[in-house]
Amino acid sequence: MMTTPILDIRDLCVSYGKVEALHHVNLKVEAGKIVTVIGPNGAGKTTMLGAIMGLLPSKGEIQFQDEVQRDIEVEHLVAMGMTLVPEKRELFGEMSVEDNLLLGAFQRYRHGDRDEGKTMAQVFGTFPRLKERRAQLAGTLSGGERQMLAVGRALMAKPKLLMLDEPSLGLAPLIVREIFHIIADLKKTGVAILLVEQNARAALQIADYGYVLETGSVALEGESRALADDPRVVETYLGLGGKKE
Amino acid sequence: MDLQIALLLGQDGIVNGAIYALLALALVLVFAVTRVIFIPQGEFVAYGALTLAAFQAGKTPGTLWLLLGAGVLVAFIDSIMAVRAGAPGRLKRIALWDLALPAVVAGLVLWLEPGTLPLAAQVVLALAIVVPLGPMVYRLAYQPLAEASVLVLLIVSVAVHLALVGLGLLFFGAEGSRTTPFSEAQFALGTLTVNGQTLWVLGASAVLIIALYQFFGRTLYGKALRATAINRVGARLMGISNTMAGKLSFTLAAGIGAFSGILIAPITTVYYDTGFLVGLKGFVAAIIAGLVSYPLAAAGAILVGLLESFSSFWASAFKEVIVFTLIIPVLVWRSLTSHHVEEEE
Repeated sequence: MMTTPILDIRDLCVSYGKVEALHHVNLKVEAGKIVTVIGPNGAGKTTMLGAIMGLLPSKGEIQFQDEVQRDIEVEHLVAMGMTLVPEKRELFGEMSVEDNLLLGAFQRYRHGDRDEGKTMAQVFGTFPRLKERRAQLAGTLSGGERQMLAVGRALMAKPKLLMLDEPSLGLAPLIVREIFHIIADLKKTGVAILLVEQNARAALQIADYGYVLETGSVALEGESRALADDPRVVETYLGLGGKKE
Repeated sequence: MDLQIALLLGQDGIVNGAIYALLALALVLVFAVTRVIFIPQGEFVAYGALTLAAFQAGKTPGTLWLLLGAGVLVAFIDSIMAVRAGAPGRLKRIALWDLALPAVVAGLVLWLEPGTLPLAAQVVLALAIVVPLGPMVYRLAYQPLAEASVLVLLIVSVAVHLALVGLGLLFFGAEGSRTTPFSEAQFALGTLTVNGQTLWVLGASAVLIIALYQFFGRTLYGKALRATAINRVGARLMGISNTMAGKLSFTLAAGIGAFSGILIAPITTVYYDTGFLVGLKGFVAAIIAGLVSYPLAAAGAILVGLLESFSSFWASAFKEVIVFTLIIPVLVWRSLTSHHVEEEE
């Protein structure tokens, strides 16, 4: 790791009451790279993203764009260029696709950046399906379209770091492939991506670097190609190994 | 009852209904965005009306001192928070909105002798005093508890209501006041006489409702408020802070309340505690709409207004009882027809 990372997390701990869900996690995301965090259900992946985004209180140090974040406020992080596409999508179901996208640019608009029309055209370029559905209510979209809208809405903020929580969750394999293609393409626009996935195979294929999170700690990390060949990962997450524990 | 009386009562009912509609919309808005049942809504009605009446009586309204005091308090608390959070950049905004703005309003009121100004200028000054109290009340009473349950927020509302009524008595005394009508004109409509103020109330309510509709449908800030109402987490992730949305909705509610008070002050004598009953009737309308639907709330408000005026003719001693009893069949009907709330799609 030569360049300074855009996101640098040291010693991150998160507790729910007395139960510590995340123990001393260290993680780096470099600008323009895709970093994936894989791991089983309940390993603390979503918790980690929530803590980075300031939705959950945490201990440790989170450095985003050379600035150590203290008393992190979600709104401030969004304004700085961090966006999260949450596992539940959290769309505005009773509003149109277009309005959902527009609200993605809210923080930029508030700071005087008024090119939301141009950004929306780019998002429609990436997701032509959303353009067809632009007047439709978000709540009436199919699962895949909802995920596209969630990602599109996040892109409206012109993020420097895009965090995706389980984008493949609940989607048909064909649509998962499409979504991952799009994520891989997004890398070309220079945005750094932190991708949290249970679908380890798809995630490691498009990522540059990977972490394996197990029961709240980083169990393994490495270049994603090396990680994909690691026997432990192969056996547990890629399901190619013949043996069973 | 002959047709003429029915028409008269109908006119009365619709005028009152228009005011209840405005208040009901504000209640639905505040509840949708912040989950606060805004009982103090009515106090803003009284404050608006009585502040204007104080101008016309040549007095300095006590609400002015409340504005200055609340501003200093908010500035004090927010400055401490800003310094603690290591964000001195916020101090400038705090000084501007909580100190400079009230000071400018106070300067204008003390310097201009508002009683001598044209009515429109008096109205603007009265609104300038009362409306900023909305976000300040939110900051002081609700923001620290923003994540609390609806019940806790309701209890806070009762406390804020009692405090504001008490302050109202202190500022304006127990005497009621009326203000000069916006217009003295009278029109004959068949056998019915319609006076100018009635048309002002209806016209202004209609304009305000249309303006709100445009605000929520067309502007980014209006959409941001709707987004917060639909999905609070989703809105935060877009950088729409719940605090900002809360303050904005309270500003709108205070503005609607104060303006409603100013509209009714020439037709009814307003006392320091009049707002509560007016607000409560708006609340009945909001309940009819299940605290979610704006058009239903407006329709419910007209129903409440008509019911009130007709029952004041038939059984004037029971008119409030009849209006508030309406809530029981409405709640029964609501609980029978609505599906379980937690099952959101």
